[in-house]
Amino acid sequence: MVRRPRPRRPWLLKRLAGIALGILLLVWTLLPVYNMMLIALSEDGDEFTGAIWPTDWNWESFHVIWTEGYWYLDHFWHQFGNSIYMGVMTMLLTVLIGSLASFSLGRMRLRHCWIVGDMALLTYILPSAFLVIPFVHLMRVYGMSDSLWSVIAAQVTFATPYAILILHQYGKLIPLELDESAKVDGAAPLQVYWRIYLPLMAPALAAVGVYALLLAWNEYLYQHLLISSPGNTTVAVAIDQFFDSDEAPWNYMMAVAIVYSLPPVAIYFGLRRYMIAGLTMGGVKG
Amino acid sequence: MGTTLQSLRIGRGYGGVIRPVRPLRLQGSDTSWALAFLLPYAAVFAAFVVYPVCFGLWMGSDPALYGTLLSDPRYVSTAVNTLLFVAIGVNVKMFLAFLLSGFFMSRSWWVRTLLAVFLLPWALPSLTVFVSIHYMLVTQYGLLDSLWRAVTGNDGPLFLVSQPIAMTANILSYIWKWLPFWTLIFIAARMAIPQDIYEAAEIDGATGWRRLAHVTFPLMANVYLVSTLLSTVWTLGDFPTVYFVSSGAPARLTDVLATYGFHEAFDFGYPNLGVAAMMSALPLLIPSVILLMRRIRLTGVQL
Repeated sequence: MVRRPRPRRPWLLKRLAGIALGILLLVWTLLPVYNMMLIALSEDGDEFTGAIWPTDWNWESFHVIWTEGYWYLDHFWHQFGNSIYMGVMTMLLTVLIGSLASFSLGRMRLRHCWIVGDMALLTYILPSAFLVIPFVHLMRVYGMSDSLWSVIAAQVTFATPYAILILHQYGKLIPLELDESAKVDGAAPLQVYWRIYLPLMAPALAAVGVYALLLAWNEYLYQHLLISSPGNTTVAVAIDQFFDSDEAPWNYMMAVAIVYSLPPVAIYFGLRRYMIAGLTMGGVKG
Repeated sequence: MGTTLQSLRIGRGYGGVIRPVRPLRLQGSDTSWALAFLLPYAAVFAAFVVYPVCFGLWMGSDPALYGTLLSDPRYVSTAVNTLLFVAIGVNVKMFLAFLLSGFFMSRSWWVRTLLAVFLLPWALPSLTVFVSIHYMLVTQYGLLDSLWRAVTGNDGPLFLVSQPIAMTANILSYIWKWLPFWTLIFIAARMAIPQDIYEAAEIDGATGWRRLAHVTFPLMANVYLVSTLLSTVWTLGDFPTVYFVSSGAPARLTDVLATYGFHEAFDFGYPNLGVAAMMSALPLLIPSVILLMRRIRLTGVQL
């Protein structure tokens, strides 16, 4: 047999191309994140000097945030608490309302229940920005403007449809016989829901909860429009006030942006499995 | 495949995404329980979806508003921008996501680590990353200009002064943010393709490019179509990208419908005009939504 050296070369080429693509993707992905660090670590007034590397490693801006030592940041930790409150409330309400609805839809076989499913799908498809103008007027009608609860209401509205669809999909894996045997033993629907449905749905509930939490934390438009007084604002609104002002120190602003981005990044690296499971369990399957 | 056969049997007239599992046999008290369980969602839907939708339709119902819109040259450029943003942004993103999902199917450790980093934009708040990108572009001393200077030795362009460059920046930022999510969707779809199909294709001599074109893509065509439609609808209403990255610069020439409506309603005090601007997307929105709902029902793609 004649040894041919040829097949080795395409293999090497392919590997090199793979590595080149990998480096390209890495730079592409991290460039805006790196820019946040670069500006946050600059001294005020030195943010835009054309440097590519952080020259002075100035951690002052993070210290200022910690001590709320700048008038734009007077209520920073209070606002951070507001953001957490809003995110957690959205998560809890979405899981509660979504699981109740999916239990009813998937396991109680109500007539015409598919209408509710279609409504949920339609709401999921609709871009939320298209509803924002009437929504702001609406909150005045309901007397909820300038309250965190108006934002929570908006986030729950846009998170629940996805929750219902995912939970319904996952719930099909749990045999209906379990419910029936519990009913024979005399359990009321509420007990079946609480004692059987919820525990078995735990992975899907976690996925939906993480989804709702991140949706609420990362959303901007509704927070910006629905809350105005300093005591009620969230971090997103605080960053926006920096953005709108001309003389605000950009290094503080970017440091705030980094602190604001840390919880979702931590959740992503800690609970990535649930987030990805949420996509693939209901995920787009052909 | 199973889903295809099932969908043929179900036909197009029937039901929605949620299908009753068995013939309905609910006793009286059970029906009231079922209704009670649905009540919270129904209340949320009525109060926060039906009401604002109806209110919005009423706000934008005056035909004179659309005459005002069309006579505004800024609205015309906004409409063109939105079409470009959606057509280029969505299609480039989807095609790249499809290709990259193949790259990320590799099992080697560094590709898996890279995937974890690559998905980061999906988790980050659009507010912070888009503000960061804005500061990369603005002034002559942003990071991009500095990199430009380091490589070429000359001053970089003023990105946000030229309308085409600013619009390109918007589209690229949009792709940066949403490419990871859709890549993940396509990775999941690729993983659902049974391995023996590939083995059979290999025996028939389909490898490399041919395998992609004649095996993988046909099997993923449906997911690709549904994802593209869904992304089209969402992108029509995309707000944060343009609002932060270009901020409409130069001179509001890079606005899209969502930011135009936002400024009309909340900066200039014409909420009805803002609603009308957003409603002018309906001729594109309604067919996409109908196509999407039909597609999802017919083929049983689950979202």
